[in-house]
Amino acid sequence: MGRAKLPRKSTNIDMTAMCDVAFLLLSFFILATKQKPPEAVTVQAPTSVQSKAAPEKSILITLNKDGKCFLMLGDDTKKRDILKDINTTRGLGLSDAELAKLNKMPFIGMPLGQIKGILAINQAIPADKLDGIPIKDSANNELVDWVRSITNAYAGGSQKDLEEMILIKGDMEAKYPQFKNIKFALKKNDIYKFRIVTNSETVPPGSELYNKPKDQKTNF
Amino acid sequence: MAEMDTSSGGGHKKGPGVKKPKKLSTRVDLTPMVDLGFLLITFFVFTTTMSKPTVMKMNEPKDEKVEDQMKVKESAVMTILLGKEDQIYYYMGTLTAEGASDQFKTSNFKDIRQIILDKKRSVPDGDKLKSDLMYIIKADKESKFKNIIDILDEMSINAVPPGHYAEVDMTDTEASLIKMTETANGIK
Repeated sequence: MGRAKLPRKSTNIDMTAMCDVAFLLLSFFILATKQKPPEAVTVQAPTSVQSKAAPEKSILITLNKDGKCFLMLGDDTKKRDILKDINTTRGLGLSDAELAKLNKMPFIGMPLGQIKGILAINQAIPADKLDGIPIKDSANNELVDWVRSITNAYAGGSQKDLEEMILIKGDMEAKYPQFKNIKFALKKNDIYKFRIVTNSETVPPGSELYNKPKDQKTNF
Repeated sequence: MAEMDTSSGGGHKKGPGVKKPKKLSTRVDLTPMVDLGFLLITFFVFTTTMSKPTVMKMNEPKDEKVEDQMKVKESAVMTILLGKEDQIYYYMGTLTAEGASDQFKTSNFKDIRQIILDKKRSVPDGDKLKSDLMYIIKADKESKFKNIIDILDEMSINAVPPGHYAEVDMTDTEASLIKMTETANGIK
């Protein structure tokens, strides 16, 4: 007795404001997300402690886990030149219409001899059905020809710019000899510097790199 | 809320027994909508930050003639061999025919960091040998792409300066030693 009766308040909270905030953030993230170009070849890249971001325009050499090699020419301005160059240097005999079709393909992953036949099929073939660019050994390495055409197309520009664009993306399970053959193709064309795509990983605490001053870390 | 009006009649009745139609609130419970909103936000937050690929620089040496090749002091050299099943084999200096079984050691990616570090620290800072310190990496044809990236990464983790490690082709003696060790350790 004597206790004042507290008025019963509803436990319902007005969710409108919270809902507004949630959807505002949601729209921000949707718009801020850069649409990743769909990956034609799925590859599980290894991890490394390096933290440099990959360049946007790139010439990507992908090595999938079966050891097949694919080439993705990300620079649209030069793509046509590269394809034209390989057409003439290797005498593929592709017509302008066929070249345009090849230009539209997201990646190249077939032996040079098969290009004409695959273009005639007139439909997209998934990467796992293709043979990949042959990189069997130093004698049978068509990637050498591709890289030569790439260097020809970029002949006017600086070597450094080209080196910054060349990326190798390999699957963790890919075998070493295939990687070596890709390196061989690049070295054959006087490209000694290139980049390897990795997923970032934190530097293990206590290691030499971890203890280094911050500004020196990226300079190795 | 939803009740069937079972009373008979045309519905024009007026009186104390007639219920007024309930005024429904226009408020909607927004909690599930907020839940959904935040769920989608978390999804977008994760997909944006997680999938950022990074690149690792790689410098390859020009193919040189044998006489142009750099000579390094034997005592400052450590050779790291990458085998299958993520196994690492290593030895210091050069392999001698009689001492090969003692020199040739097995390791893995967990322990190799300490071994690399020990080798690096075994040469005192002021020593002339410091500039000769060299890690030679040789990958077997059965090793994976991941292994070579991992070992190059170990080099950066241990802050081995560039130019003090190199990737070289494996010799037949080393390949056969790996084979022997693998059969002895039961690695298929």
